[in-house]
Amino acid sequence: MELLVKKRIKQVLKGDQDAYAEIVEIYKDRVYHICYRMLGNQHESEDIAQEAFLRAYVNIQSFNTNLKFSTWLYRIATNLCIDRIRKKKPDYYLDAEVAGTDGLNMYSQIPASTKLPEEDVEKMELQETIQMEISKLPEKYRSVIVLKYIEELSLNEISETLDLPLGTVKTRIHRGREALRKQLRYV
Amino acid sequence: MKCNEEIIEYMHEYLDEEITDEHKQLLKTHIEQCEECRMHFHELKRAIAFVQSTSHFQAPAGFTENVMARLPKEKKKVGAQRWLRKHPMLAAASLFLILMSGSVLSAWNQESALSVSKQSNLVIENDTVIVPEGEVVKGDVVVKNGNLQINGEVEGDATVINGEQYLASAGNVTGEIKEVDQLFEWLWYHIKNTSKSLISTVTQEDEKE
Repeated sequence: MELLVKKRIKQVLKGDQDAYAEIVEIYKDRVYHICYRMLGNQHESEDIAQEAFLRAYVNIQSFNTNLKFSTWLYRIATNLCIDRIRKKKPDYYLDAEVAGTDGLNMYSQIPASTKLPEEDVEKMELQETIQMEISKLPEKYRSVIVLKYIEELSLNEISETLDLPLGTVKTRIHRGREALRKQLRYV
Repeated sequence: MKCNEEIIEYMHEYLDEEITDEHKQLLKTHIEQCEECRMHFHELKRAIAFVQSTSHFQAPAGFTENVMARLPKEKKKVGAQRWLRKHPMLAAASLFLILMSGSVLSAWNQESALSVSKQSNLVIENDTVIVPEGEVVKGDVVVKNGNLQINGEVEGDATVINGEQYLASAGNVTGEIKEVDQLFEWLWYHIKNTSKSLISTVTQEDEKE
């Protein structure tokens, strides 16, 4: 597949836009997924994922064709996500306890949109909880955890993708894992 | 944490799949003895399993189209190149047409001055070419950017391009009289002439054979 992608990139470099559509088609799901795990919001994820493809297209000249395109693309996507997270630090958290209540948090204020069969609800809830816990990680841990456990990249690939020394990647993964361990302990 | 930090370090080495056999052995023996570290290790693995269990998402419908719509316009050159690749015959034909019309049009534009075919007995007054009364002009008369007044006789065709012709009652033209005013007529005239000369060369060659 890398070979096909390289061929398409050469066409794009010559300015052929149609060839780029195929590249988008190949990587859209994975880029979108990274964004979703990083941002935890579908609308924003789509926006950022599109932006990532747009940036990749505009800067395709600076892509070194000897490297893996996916690594380069994921780096763009992760960096955009980190920028977005930094820009909009939320001023309240849904899981913060509502003042004057005993253990009620903001989630209890949100009505469920539809009735679902119990199993689905449980599954959904678990998925949501996990996503929420991932979202709670500081962004520097979140990006390595997402790349390691959701994109299943190797430590070396993560180091390349994020342009970080291998040692830093390891430390962040360790801390991220410890943080997740504490957060997910009682799930 | 009561236990040695090293044990936690070994756990991460294990999870990164970078643990040495020696450390693995140490970790194993320690976990069998220490309840707390066993829990810790279990929780780590559980957290990872949770993260990995999240279902994979698919990009929303129309994602690629949206991206493509947001891309900057591609260079015209490339669009043209792709078009050329797809329609070689059309491209060749249109290129031929462009070149043809270019040369003909430039011929049209170049000549804004009065020009007349060379016959010694033609008289030129301002922008009017006169075939004097009683004179016989041999051969075709062509006037460009001027008028032609025929009082005498022309043995051949009389052609006026971008002008008018007056044929006096006494005047006589043995061939055709043509007025070419419009650009299209000029083009047509040009094409007709070219094909005529082509045919004549062909027939001449035939005759030679």
